[in-house]
Amino acid sequence: MNTNSDVLLDIKDLHVSFFTPAGEVKAVTSVTYTMEHGEVLGIVGESGSGKSVSAYSLMGIIADPGKIVGGSINFNGHEVEKMTEKEFRKMRGSEISIIFQDPMTSLNPVYTIGNQLTEMLRLHTDKTKKECEERAIELLGLVGMNEPEKRMKQYPHEFSGGMRQRVMIAMALACEPKLLIADEPTTALDVTIQAQILELMVALKKKINMSIIIITHDLGVVSDVCDRIAVMYAGKIVEIGKTDDIFYNPKHQYTVGLLKSIPKINEDTHERLIPIEGTPVDLLNLPAGCPFASRCDKCMKICLREMPPYTEVSEGHVSACWLIQKEEFEKTQGGKHDA
Amino acid sequence: MPEKLLEVQHLQQYFPVKGKMFQKTFVQAVDDVNFHIDEGETFGLVGESGCGKTTTGRTILRLYEPTDGKIIYRGEDITHVNFAPYRKKMQIVFQDPYASLDARMTVGDIVGEPIDIHKLAGSKKERHDMIMALLERVGLNSEHANRYPHEFSGGQRQRIGIARALAVNPEFIVCDEPISALDVSIQAQVVNMFEDLQQELGLTYLFIAHDLAIVKHISNRIGVMYLGKLVELAESAELYKNPLHPYTRSLLSAIPIPDPKVSREKKRIVLEGDVPSPVNPPSGCRFRTRCPYATEQCALEVPEFKDYGGGHYAACHRIGQV
Repeated sequence: MNTNSDVLLDIKDLHVSFFTPAGEVKAVTSVTYTMEHGEVLGIVGESGSGKSVSAYSLMGIIADPGKIVGGSINFNGHEVEKMTEKEFRKMRGSEISIIFQDPMTSLNPVYTIGNQLTEMLRLHTDKTKKECEERAIELLGLVGMNEPEKRMKQYPHEFSGGMRQRVMIAMALACEPKLLIADEPTTALDVTIQAQILELMVALKKKINMSIIIITHDLGVVSDVCDRIAVMYAGKIVEIGKTDDIFYNPKHQYTVGLLKSIPKINEDTHERLIPIEGTPVDLLNLPAGCPFASRCDKCMKICLREMPPYTEVSEGHVSACWLIQKEEFEKTQGGKHDA
Repeated sequence: MPEKLLEVQHLQQYFPVKGKMFQKTFVQAVDDVNFHIDEGETFGLVGESGCGKTTTGRTILRLYEPTDGKIIYRGEDITHVNFAPYRKKMQIVFQDPYASLDARMTVGDIVGEPIDIHKLAGSKKERHDMIMALLERVGLNSEHANRYPHEFSGGQRQRIGIARALAVNPEFIVCDEPISALDVSIQAQVVNMFEDLQQELGLTYLFIAHDLAIVKHISNRIGVMYLGKLVELAESAELYKNPLHPYTRSLLSAIPIPDPKVSREKKRIVLEGDVPSPVNPPSGCRFRTRCPYATEQCALEVPEFKDYGGGHYAACHRIGQV
């Protein structure tokens, strides 16, 4: 294990709930993970699995009926769960940034790109207006924009989707944050543009040594850019580990099912897809046991009664599934019989 | 030889946009597109947003009146005839299952509406039985008929949309990005259902999508579109193994592969720049502004859509040279 000084983000037993008229929606339940400097973590899950909410809680931007109801978040020396709005405002942008899925709605249509970029720099730095403008032009060049001086004077509607996402990245990186949260950064873009944006993010990451959390539902997107992957289901991290461990040695049945349900492009034969049957659980009444139990084809009695504990399968590869417990139990039993 | 079910010849779809005074300008959404679909096959249409794939699908169903060209169905020219009898044979499933179902109608009425319009049921009882059979066919059950669309998840709504399309016993269905709004674990369920229905009912699909992995999985043949033009057409395995057009190559190389070892080694062909505006497309080959191999000839002449053997068509001047 690395020493503590490498740890940038430490989330322990995080719970986030939305208090709606219909009852408490447990969007995130007991999420625990750490991130190091310069690391890229992918969070994969379906809509409603809590992948966005868990990341938003780091920035204090959970929408209204939502609240952090338990756990602790330590980010770069801040105790995030205790921070006030004023402290958040200082931290957002300078130490932690976010880019959203839809670059069309995240930019203000009535201000020029240059205006929006310099505004951000003037808020977080002591630079003069002139210096901020120079820095903004430099940033646009950094994200691969041609003729940045001309682009500064243009409005968001004059940009294509991919270009807008580049502006968002430039804005997010303006103050060289320690952590960038990318919430489905490529979902709204075409495949050819997707590849460009992902490569750009990874290249810039190396330049300024930041960490990235990529939130996505597409396992293909995270497979070559992420160091580690966390798979979320119904508000819980069901499995977390190094990218190769998740893809080649998945331990949770949901991860297994997810990998099986994607068509393989490099296969010649036509094989029928193996879907995960059923539909996601209702977060208003979570089952007592494993949330995936009702869709799992290897479901046992205990799965319906109790939530499986997190087990470390190999170094840094943690999963919550009763099958792992069963396997280990059988191993030890088998050993005894042999003796 | 299977029979040709549908053929489009030189299909053209221009939409007028406001230009300068006394000057008409057009969005050239679909331009000179030729292909045919055999009976019982799935024909995939892929391309980036704005390439005209959806417009092609909708024009075939005469949801837009084509500007020029011919649509031939079972040997009959249906470009300008009264389309009502053909609506019974040709149906569509839309992309967004949240927007394509009337929120104020019950599921039973949504599925029953085409039955009413085409007067397919003789009595109330018959109509009811038909709706129940349709719901069961798509994996829903009879108690769902009295509920409203908001009570269903995305995957279930898409099933309702499919049941509605099946209500008139069609032969041909345009599937316009039917799974891109669904979660990954649900996508596979819906894709399998499309395949099962095709087997059971002998349906023919035009499957429009931007997810190439899914299109390859479901299609027999695939057409690739770029800026209103069909640039390549081939059997799906052939297209993936031996892409001829530079655009198809870059498109294939950009697919994110859910296998870290493969995707780390893969070289992406990253295209420079953005798709040009379809109002004023580049002269000659429309791809030339982003093509790494473009020459002077590409700016002057429109490349011909030619057969390079075994039904593998492509439109590029430089095939064989690069």
